[in-house]
Amino acid sequence: MAKKIGQKTKTPMPTEDAAVRRHTFGEVALGYSAELAIQEAARCIECKNMPCIAGCPVEIDIPGFVRQVAAGDFDGAYHTLSLKNVLPAVCGRVCPQEDQCEQKCTLGVRFEPVAIGRLERFVADYAAAKSITNGAGVHPPTGRKVAIVGSGPAGLTAAADLAKLGHSVTMFEALHKPGGVLMYGIPEFRLPKSIVEREIDSLKRLGVDIRTNHVIGRTFTIDDLFNELGFEALFIGTGAGLPHFPKIPGINLVGIYSANEYLTRSNLMKAYRFPEHDTPIVRGKSVAVIGGGNTAMDSIRTALRLGAEHAYLVYRRSRDEMPARAEEVEHAQEEGVDIVLLAAPVALLGDDRSRVRTLRCVRMQLGEPDQSGRRSPVPIDGSEFDLDVDTVVFAVGQGANPLIRSTTPDLPTNKWGYIVADPDTGVTQKPGVFAGGDIVTGGATVISAMGAGRRAARAIDSYLTLIAKEQS
Amino acid sequence: MHTILSKETLAPDVVRFWIDAPPIARKRRPGQFVIIRISEQGERIPLTIADADPAAGTISLVVQGVGKSTKALNRMMPGEQILDVAGPLGQPTHIVPGMSICCIGGGIGTAVVYPIAAGVKAAGGTVTGIIGARTSDLIILSKELSAVADPCLITTDDGSVGRKGLVTDALKHLLDTGFAFDEVVAVGPLPMMRAVCDVTRPLGLKTVVSLNAIMVDGTGMCGGCRVSVNGEQKFVCVDGPEFDGHQVDFGELAARLRAYRDDEALALEQYTQRASV
Repeated sequence: MAKKIGQKTKTPMPTEDAAVRRHTFGEVALGYSAELAIQEAARCIECKNMPCIAGCPVEIDIPGFVRQVAAGDFDGAYHTLSLKNVLPAVCGRVCPQEDQCEQKCTLGVRFEPVAIGRLERFVADYAAAKSITNGAGVHPPTGRKVAIVGSGPAGLTAAADLAKLGHSVTMFEALHKPGGVLMYGIPEFRLPKSIVEREIDSLKRLGVDIRTNHVIGRTFTIDDLFNELGFEALFIGTGAGLPHFPKIPGINLVGIYSANEYLTRSNLMKAYRFPEHDTPIVRGKSVAVIGGGNTAMDSIRTALRLGAEHAYLVYRRSRDEMPARAEEVEHAQEEGVDIVLLAAPVALLGDDRSRVRTLRCVRMQLGEPDQSGRRSPVPIDGSEFDLDVDTVVFAVGQGANPLIRSTTPDLPTNKWGYIVADPDTGVTQKPGVFAGGDIVTGGATVISAMGAGRRAARAIDSYLTLIAKEQS
Repeated sequence: MHTILSKETLAPDVVRFWIDAPPIARKRRPGQFVIIRISEQGERIPLTIADADPAAGTISLVVQGVGKSTKALNRMMPGEQILDVAGPLGQPTHIVPGMSICCIGGGIGTAVVYPIAAGVKAAGGTVTGIIGARTSDLIILSKELSAVADPCLITTDDGSVGRKGLVTDALKHLLDTGFAFDEVVAVGPLPMMRAVCDVTRPLGLKTVVSLNAIMVDGTGMCGGCRVSVNGEQKFVCVDGPEFDGHQVDFGELAARLRAYRDDEALALEQYTQRASV
């Protein structure tokens, strides 16, 4: 029997003041206290249908953990959460809950939904502060070996699930730190790296062997993993990882970055702490970021924190079409970002040292809808205008990194280079090879990659069980 | 973690290391490089694999100490560990069995050209070598290159060893005296590679250069190492590092290589002050 409806709006999230935070890399959302968490969890009316669970790509028992928070049983809530989510502190911060669990919330039909994301983050942070580790049981060893290629959210989830099922899991990561986009893509002020490291440590405690500086396709090919290293199944979660640059004059001037490079320098290589850390980054006074997704938001807010006095976000469609989370756009505007809508770059001009100085744009109007259903932007002739900039970051989407494809000729990819894989199981057309996340779907979210990793782990487990039966 | 097994000074500020890296040593082909990092605060930098011993599981890196990272690396000693080494990266040199090439190394570029020469020789080809530097102290790997390249000419700007003049003078001399090559491979400072290409372009003599763009990941995901080749965008880390020298926009690459000049100077100054304490 559902509870009575109490508080109709979400308990507000304590937030760092915009004037302060635009200059620091500390977290913006500061997290609930225990009292605020209990207050928010008590809003759940414990409805019969529990549609929130279906809205979660990793199938967390949401009513379960929320009920435990409401009762003050935070340890129990963490146990419930970690049964299904190996990265709860990550998801609690970066999931677009408003499009997933919270969108389905019964309370949310008439009022504001339960702030499920904020509660998830509270529980995960509580557990970390108390050093509670994931106590979920691990199956006895099966003796079967699985390789996970890529240590981003898809790979981490697949690795954790397979390790819990008793398989011997080795993860290969090209960069020097695991985490993929969690480490190099999402900034410190949205997702502290110490938190990512802590979540990944829990994987190591499950027995997952993480080998960094291993570029699969180069250090070992996919076939080497089977033939030389004896793996019986493998999951490819290498991400999108091929930046798009428009073919416009001046694209190679100094001070022009892909969002991948800009964010990797800042987040993974900590260029925001140069010269204490050795990797530099151009600290523009006037920065333009091209794009309208979360990556563009991350880029422009990073630019502010690197000392930009003017920050432009240039997006070719209107506000309604921007794919970024509303919360990120609001934070950006509070921090003083100038959002230039219905505009697109046509040229970049530089000084006598080939450093970018001008971004030339043209105004756009919206025409007929394209395949994504969004109205296509069309340039308005003669409407060019210039922005004075010294740094430009392109966050206009990514393609499929060709390294695996070009070194695995018998692994079919589609015409854009993405690996062809079954969306429910991750099965590819190469036996024993499974794939999921951005390398299959194109750029998407952390949580959808995690869902793909979970589904593939299930399929890999079945596949390995089959092999075991055939061999016995 | 990769142990430094041996260290040898080849020239002022130029050090050759042999380091422990079994999977890289086994997989590596001529022309490829690694990306290394020597500390938690360190930057990622590309270095050509100058040589490898697959049986021993070791690779050789020749490092010119220019800025903070390379100078700090060159102070490391055998027994110490390099934190991160990733590779082998890049497209291997395109070697046609039996091909005849002229390998030209300028300064530290000789360390890049040497493995290519060795690879061509191993594939049954013939190699003519030219090594150039400002002065005799800066000539490196002449013994190694002479073992695979015959003849192997040496040029110095000041004439302190070999012929006085530039590598392009030696190349013109070879061509004038009837040497013919399938291609020229030239690696060295940008002005040198450009000058060689200017000599070979009117002759229609294919010239391969190896580019040293600034890199971060080295796997093609950031685009920092992008160059223009025949007007098209290429990434040095995954499409290169070798390209058709006649098509490379050297001027654009030169400008991009200066992107962090002020920061590099600051880092070097601070490092030098600390190191001298």
